[in-house]
Amino acid sequence: MLLKKKSLIKELKNFTINFGPQHPAAHGVLRLILELEGEVVTKADPHIGLLHRGTEKLIEYKTYIQALPYFDRLDYVSMMCQEHTYSLAVEKLGGIKVPLRAQFIRVLYAELTRILNHLLAVACHAMDVGALTPAMWAFEEREKLMEFYERVSGARMHAAYIRPGGVYSDLPLGLLDDIFLFINQFSLRIDEMEEMLTSNRIWKERLVDIGIVSASRAIEWGFSGVMLRGSGIPWDIRKSEPYEIYGSTEFLIPVGNNGDCYDRYLIRIEEMRQSINIISQCIKSIPEGPIKTYNSKFVSPSRSELKNSMESVIHHFKLYSEGMILPFGETYTATEAPKGEFGVYLISNNTEKPYRCKIKAPGFANLQALNDMTKGHMIADVVTIIGTQDIVFGEIDR
Amino acid sequence: MKKTFIELTSILPTIAIQQIRNENIIICNSKNIVLLLKILKQHINYQYKILTAISGVDLLGRSYRFSVVYELLSLTFNSRIRVKLFVDEITSVLSVVSLYINANWWEREIWDLYGIYFENHPDLRRILTDYGFEGHPMRKDFPLSGHVEVRYDESKKRVVTETVELAQEFRSFSLETPW
Repeated sequence: MLLKKKSLIKELKNFTINFGPQHPAAHGVLRLILELEGEVVTKADPHIGLLHRGTEKLIEYKTYIQALPYFDRLDYVSMMCQEHTYSLAVEKLGGIKVPLRAQFIRVLYAELTRILNHLLAVACHAMDVGALTPAMWAFEEREKLMEFYERVSGARMHAAYIRPGGVYSDLPLGLLDDIFLFINQFSLRIDEMEEMLTSNRIWKERLVDIGIVSASRAIEWGFSGVMLRGSGIPWDIRKSEPYEIYGSTEFLIPVGNNGDCYDRYLIRIEEMRQSINIISQCIKSIPEGPIKTYNSKFVSPSRSELKNSMESVIHHFKLYSEGMILPFGETYTATEAPKGEFGVYLISNNTEKPYRCKIKAPGFANLQALNDMTKGHMIADVVTIIGTQDIVFGEIDR
Repeated sequence: MKKTFIELTSILPTIAIQQIRNENIIICNSKNIVLLLKILKQHINYQYKILTAISGVDLLGRSYRFSVVYELLSLTFNSRIRVKLFVDEITSVLSVVSLYINANWWEREIWDLYGIYFENHPDLRRILTDYGFEGHPMRKDFPLSGHVEVRYDESKKRVVTETVELAQEFRSFSLETPW
């Protein structure tokens, strides 16, 4: 039989698969359309919006105080950092000054939240890559941190604790002692996790030189937070535009060299250590004093005042029915959330409801670069890259 | 930084420059947006290399109904700037994807939620709403409860879309007058 040359050449077609929306390594409801050439990814098209709840629209129909709990539910592993951003934006528009003790409490809890987030990020990343043990350890520590949440606000996750004008209530007795005990043992817990991962051969094989982002590329994609620092740019909003008491606290910004997944892992670990440092500074120098501003147009008077003064009762009633009124204005306020720059673009129009509240989520910018980062990698590395981007769909889909 | 900001305004194609609470705002004509952002990105004295976010705003009742707001960040000078433009319902805005690649999703989001069309956008699909969604939900005249709701139909064995039926009219409490 004579073979024709033409019939020997096989028609090859790229394989297109659906990754998600229900995939345990997709960190939520990410639908990725992957185009594969063999096992190599040639194109990744993320379809997002499966968790879209219309937060921005809902906020436009709520008063400023009612809008606050929505921020817990955006990135549901770094709750208080987002409340913090929103509170700062409202305070900027209303010209509200926050007492010093409240600022310390806010920073204390922002850093506890950073540990909370990075523990989940590292642990889930490890779990995606195949190391199950660190996840068990990290979740035990997370439980302790969420207990601290519970003790100040009554809720383990959706705290609604940091509010415009200060914080909701003062720290209960003995809490700072327990946080002190926690941070003393926590650096050992990080050591244990590092022993398990940092020099682990499998872990390094899966992470080193995967998802490399150069510094210029990171800027082009508008990265922030760990993603930007991993590429070697020492940019941290806590240092560059210090808010609250960050200007007077001492901490270092870890920066990566290669911009690969392994560097970003190391940065997350180091940031946890720096957070311990900031927390211990806060505990050392937290002053006595009020925990929210006295201006009753923005913050409800205290319970004891409510029992004694009619004026306070009126203020309380007005505040929780009508809400606070912010004058005309607009602001873009950004803070360093654990995942990167979390920003709120708030427009007020002299009513009790925000006219527009745009939420700039760090994950949205990071996920956008997924196609760029995964191109040319194996399909198993897609999971690593999603893990290193620390994606949470609550904030991306809003 | 502030000095150069004022010095160079004469070369920027702007309508107005404001400074509110240390936040710099440039208002520009929608035709000049690409040019303006190009200067802000590439001029040695600005270097606003990072596009933080683009947001849409619906100013219902004005002749220029929509506003598109660009947040820029300069790492070199540690400075932020906000660029705003105003468009009506039928005018499109020039896409800035050629300048800032991450404008892609932000513009898709605005197209999805506000229905502002971006010219020269490489891939203007809906992003946040459902496949086959109709309307632009962040517009002020779009009702909060939406037009349709979805549920699983046991008899048809699939998800069906139905128009929203509210047992009670949606109530918006106006509290302009003290009671």
